[in-house]
Amino acid sequence: MCGIAGYHGKLMAPEAAADRLGRMVAALRHRGPDGEGIAVRGETGLAHTRLSIVGLTDGAQPMTSEDGALAVSFNGEIFNYVELRDDLKARGHRFRTHSDTEVLLASYAAKGLDCLADFNGDFAFALHDTANRTLVLARDRMGVRPLFYAEHDGALFFASEIGALLALPGMAAEIDPVALDQIFTLWCPIPPRTAYRGIHELPPGHMMIVRDGQRTIRPWWQLSYPDRADIRPAPRVEVQAEELRALITDATRIRLRADVPVGSYLSGGLDSSFIAALAARTVTRGLRTFSLTFRSAEHDEGHWQRQMAATLDAEADSVECSTQAIAAHMPEAMRHIGCPILRTAPVPLHLLSARVRERGMKVVLTGEGADEVFAGYDIFREARVRRFCGRQPASPRRPRLFQRLYPYLPGLKQQSPEYLARFFSFGSEALDDPLYSHRPRFRSTAAAKLFFSVGLKDALGDYDAAAELVERLPADFSRWHPLHQAQYLETAFLLPGYLLSSQGDRVMMANAVEGRFPFLDHRVVSFAAGLSPDAKLSGLKEKHILKEAARGIVPTAIIDRAKQPYRAPDAEAFAAPASPAYLETVLSPERLAMSGLFNVQAVGKLKEKALKGQATGFRDNAAFIGVLSTELLARTGTTQSTQSTLHIGTR
Amino acid sequence: MTDETRSAIRAFIVENFLFGDESHPLPADQSLIDNDLVDSTGILELVGFIEERFAVSIADADIVPANLDSIDRIAGFIARKQAA
Repeated sequence: MCGIAGYHGKLMAPEAAADRLGRMVAALRHRGPDGEGIAVRGETGLAHTRLSIVGLTDGAQPMTSEDGALAVSFNGEIFNYVELRDDLKARGHRFRTHSDTEVLLASYAAKGLDCLADFNGDFAFALHDTANRTLVLARDRMGVRPLFYAEHDGALFFASEIGALLALPGMAAEIDPVALDQIFTLWCPIPPRTAYRGIHELPPGHMMIVRDGQRTIRPWWQLSYPDRADIRPAPRVEVQAEELRALITDATRIRLRADVPVGSYLSGGLDSSFIAALAARTVTRGLRTFSLTFRSAEHDEGHWQRQMAATLDAEADSVECSTQAIAAHMPEAMRHIGCPILRTAPVPLHLLSARVRERGMKVVLTGEGADEVFAGYDIFREARVRRFCGRQPASPRRPRLFQRLYPYLPGLKQQSPEYLARFFSFGSEALDDPLYSHRPRFRSTAAAKLFFSVGLKDALGDYDAAAELVERLPADFSRWHPLHQAQYLETAFLLPGYLLSSQGDRVMMANAVEGRFPFLDHRVVSFAAGLSPDAKLSGLKEKHILKEAARGIVPTAIIDRAKQPYRAPDAEAFAAPASPAYLETVLSPERLAMSGLFNVQAVGKLKEKALKGQATGFRDNAAFIGVLSTELLARTGTTQSTQSTLHIGTR
Repeated sequence: MTDETRSAIRAFIVENFLFGDESHPLPADQSLIDNDLVDSTGILELVGFIEERFAVSIADADIVPANLDSIDRIAGFIARKQAA
């Protein structure tokens, strides 16, 4: 796991090439503190910062094939590289190193781009093929590893993080108004758009092929679900659960492959407990777990974490995350995240990866992805209840179910059925709306656009982020079951656009910690997609089959406990008297007026409300964190890297 | 009295739900929910305001859109409460 960067399409003088690559390397050094390298091949430059995990002594990059025809800068892991290497060896290929990077080169040499389908892993790479005069950029199926690009100064530049592109001379750091509208509606930009104008993201499961100046972007893998007409009632769930358990066990097993120790995050919920339990069976010298605790009972899961760690006899480490720590670390976290966020949840995870690193570790397993793949989120249950209520809109009893969905939201407990019906707006929306499941969330999030400045509103005109999302849906989407449609929206957009990026890769790699996600093994994802909806969401019981698969491995108390979504204190972290000193500067009328994105007066009142600890609603919280993170970004984004570019090895 | 009530309610909504944005059109019969002015927490803020400002007591059963979902409805509700 590393940082990659490079350019293509311009013959640069050696000093210019070294300067451009060097600036990007400097901006990616946190991702790969164990080694650095650059390679210039005609009109193509490749750069790499290395976090050595596999092939510690001989895996340096960029790596060139023996005949020199191919060169690659590779970030991530191909977990099944052992099997692929055996297969290639059997066909006569001789390997010079022990690294998975060489397996990538050999696989490409043997099969061309079809090799991608063989890879089980999380990766982003840039591969230069001199024989075909081609540059290939590719990204893993689920979007675990990042890859951004920009057309700049007559060349195509690419890098693992936006910050590396912003480090190029003359590259402007301008927030894209449309991206801001998308984030303040959908929680993330729709790729290839990013928060910055002119900087794009290669979407998950896509490749870009550049040949003779022609650029082609196309998917090499797509998440898909069966036609709803073809869904048959689930066979006995025990049989399927057995098959699933075998798959998850193997997905975890190959994710423990490393030449360094692998630890595990442990939230105390089902997903991370399951993965940690499977890992503990394999890790010979005892598993180390890492958890977050909070002082507020509504956020804390310490009790369950301790119980699970004791069950596994794991060496448990935890970081207590105070509201002050969240507020204090938010600017540093934003420097890495590079995208406005509406919740502080990524900030504690930035602190957690720092602890992992302090303990001398650089790889952790996490349970991320299970809620998307096995329908664990409340939004799936909510959509089912809304449809249920919508069938009898006059029923005074049915809306009471909403209170059962969100027992942790105190504001809902006191609501009458009439209000619940209005908040969840059932009956007023078409049941065949492709965004049916997500409309209430998008609508309540978009209420935060109240704080947009007049200038920003004018620039956006009648732009509708949800309508653009609908345009991006696959052609067969309308034929899927409603649960699968909702799962697609979460898995294809929010997962890579927020959870795996702002709350995942960026805050882990900020401290050079690699996350591995067994539930996002494509075999698990495809198996789950093919299951009947009821195997996943049984009535209102979420992750039904996963719970069955976990029995005998995870304590029953943890399997059957009420789900607690991971959340961190948002606006309350900034309440007086402990509010951070930077708040007055970052949200000062002068600064707000200068960036021009938000309504100065309204944000001033919102800040006062937050300082008084009264910004308690969903809209106020999302707006406060959204405005603050954007303004922090506006500041850090323009501070370009000027670090030394010396001492970078050339290959 | 009613006009005074209405303007007090309007001022509360502008200050707390529109963050001082006077330019927002706010007809007295406009639904607060349908225009995304209040969410589930906002309703409780509104209830707290009415109880304190107009010295009426609001039971859970009173917290329904028919009583609270527009400036007109809120004013009517307060008038009925005060007359009772």
